[in-house]
Amino acid sequence: MSERPYDIVIGLEVHVQLKTRTKLFCRCSTQFGLSPNTSTCPVCIGMPGSLPVMNREAFGLALKTAVAINCHIPEFTKWDRKQYYYPDLPKGYQISQYDLPMSEKGWLEISDPKGEFEPKKVGITRAHLEEDAGKSLHDEVAGKADSRIDLNRTGTPLLEIVSEPDMRSPREAKAYLTELKLLLEYLDVSDCNMQEGSLRVDANVNLHIHNGEGQKIATPIVEIKNMNSFRAVERALAYEAQRQYEVYQETGRTIGQVPKQTRGWDDQAMVTRGQRHKEESSDYRYFPDPDLCPVITTAAEVEAVRNNLGELPAQLRVRLESTYGITPYDSDVIVSQGRPTVEYFVTLAEATADGKRASNWVQQEVLRVLNETGGAISDFPVKAAGLAVLVKAVIDGELDVSRAKEVFNDMVATGKSAAAIMQERGIEKVDSSALKALCAELLAASPRIVADVKAGKEQAVGAIVGQAKRKNPNVSPGEVRAICLELIQEM
Amino acid sequence: MTLTRRDVEKVSLLARLRLSAAELETMTPQLDKIVHFVEQLNELHTDGVEPMAHALDLRNIFADDEPRPSLDRDAALSNAPKRDDECYRVPAVLGE
Repeated sequence: MSERPYDIVIGLEVHVQLKTRTKLFCRCSTQFGLSPNTSTCPVCIGMPGSLPVMNREAFGLALKTAVAINCHIPEFTKWDRKQYYYPDLPKGYQISQYDLPMSEKGWLEISDPKGEFEPKKVGITRAHLEEDAGKSLHDEVAGKADSRIDLNRTGTPLLEIVSEPDMRSPREAKAYLTELKLLLEYLDVSDCNMQEGSLRVDANVNLHIHNGEGQKIATPIVEIKNMNSFRAVERALAYEAQRQYEVYQETGRTIGQVPKQTRGWDDQAMVTRGQRHKEESSDYRYFPDPDLCPVITTAAEVEAVRNNLGELPAQLRVRLESTYGITPYDSDVIVSQGRPTVEYFVTLAEATADGKRASNWVQQEVLRVLNETGGAISDFPVKAAGLAVLVKAVIDGELDVSRAKEVFNDMVATGKSAAAIMQERGIEKVDSSALKALCAELLAASPRIVADVKAGKEQAVGAIVGQAKRKNPNVSPGEVRAICLELIQEM
Repeated sequence: MTLTRRDVEKVSLLARLRLSAAELETMTPQLDKIVHFVEQLNELHTDGVEPMAHALDLRNIFADDEPRPSLDRDAALSNAPKRDDECYRVPAVLGE
């Protein structure tokens, strides 16, 4: 941070499509990918005389999310008409929330498991419930100057979550988005699919440049749109910061001297480009929607929602670290995989009474296989209880880790139990007196090695370990090594 | 307040109404009269009256999240000035 002559100031606006079956104000289906204009009705295409009615489920999901991001929930909230003309907005206004949003003043804590920035609470200005617009389809047919409009998406419930300008680097912005998305997934309120547009991100960014005299000069705020992945957000912000610094050095223009600009991210060219200024776009002439009734939420209702949130990522990480003794990095990896993986880990850790080993097995074996096969943990052929039998066998010294991994691969491939595969492979714990006898026999046959070890070349014993493994694959290399060294000392 | 011709030009732009010079000439004083009429409300003493955020007394009117049939596509598109088999057609949207 300190080597840069400026601070980057970032605020994010996230639009999340809520997971409802029907639209916000009518009962048309919200299903993605339907044939164009087959999911509309007089309400969502704005026919005169139609009457919007609030979707109970949409409000509930919005409330749940707002509570989870630590927002204050005012008792009274209402909806307003935001007027502007655009072909994908059939009513000529969007039903949104203006001065009395359903939630405000929350926060979300972000941290970096690799410690690249200090943990911080990012303020959330507000989260409000509004309807989505339709889509303009690009007409590929040459010579046709028209845009084609599909209104299926019109009226889909969106929660707009606006952060304070609290992030100071592209990495912090990405961490905020990652944490928010994970939280939304745990809450099961949205599909969070950026490709399908169920999660969209716009960023507001400017710089506070140190002028060398202890003062900070703010550059004009730029809104960046059209970022289709979190990686794109990170890249666009890094690009935009550098661009603003160069423009400032060239023009000296500061905030207030130019109107707020909107720029679009071009992921191919890796640049932001100025977008056409929407004339008078700031004059939305909001007024309360007379067709929609306000909603009252009591403190008791908010409390009930809070009590039913379930364990959320931040709490889960802390619990996994304190209960099972794993590192913040490990708890982050496991929690980031979602609730089923956490449950898998907890079952394994409880059954084996060894959290660190359970964490290693989940990350190095289970998640590795799932990454390779692209499957979900709920369909994974090796259940946590079944893996626990194998891990316990390792703990009890019945087999070493490398053999156990072979057994694990067989379990994945065949769906058989650990016990069955160990039996097939003739894996059993080697009796300690038999092991000692084997070591003695091998050492007797290799006076050279004994001499080398006695002369201080302890690593020479490795050859004996290899021989022992060949004679009996069930022996533990560590044990063979220890016994041999002990025997040689006694010689 | 008094409305100027410039205010009316702005409002007509926002409403996407193309007014001729003559229409602006007529409408500016007309709109001004309407605004002044509404301004009479300022004569009321509203101290101690709770601001009203909404005209309706009803609260918490919800519908269940149960899909119902949508309009047939042809019916939905039937009012469009221009359409094709699937979509509304509008003048090309530029700049975005």
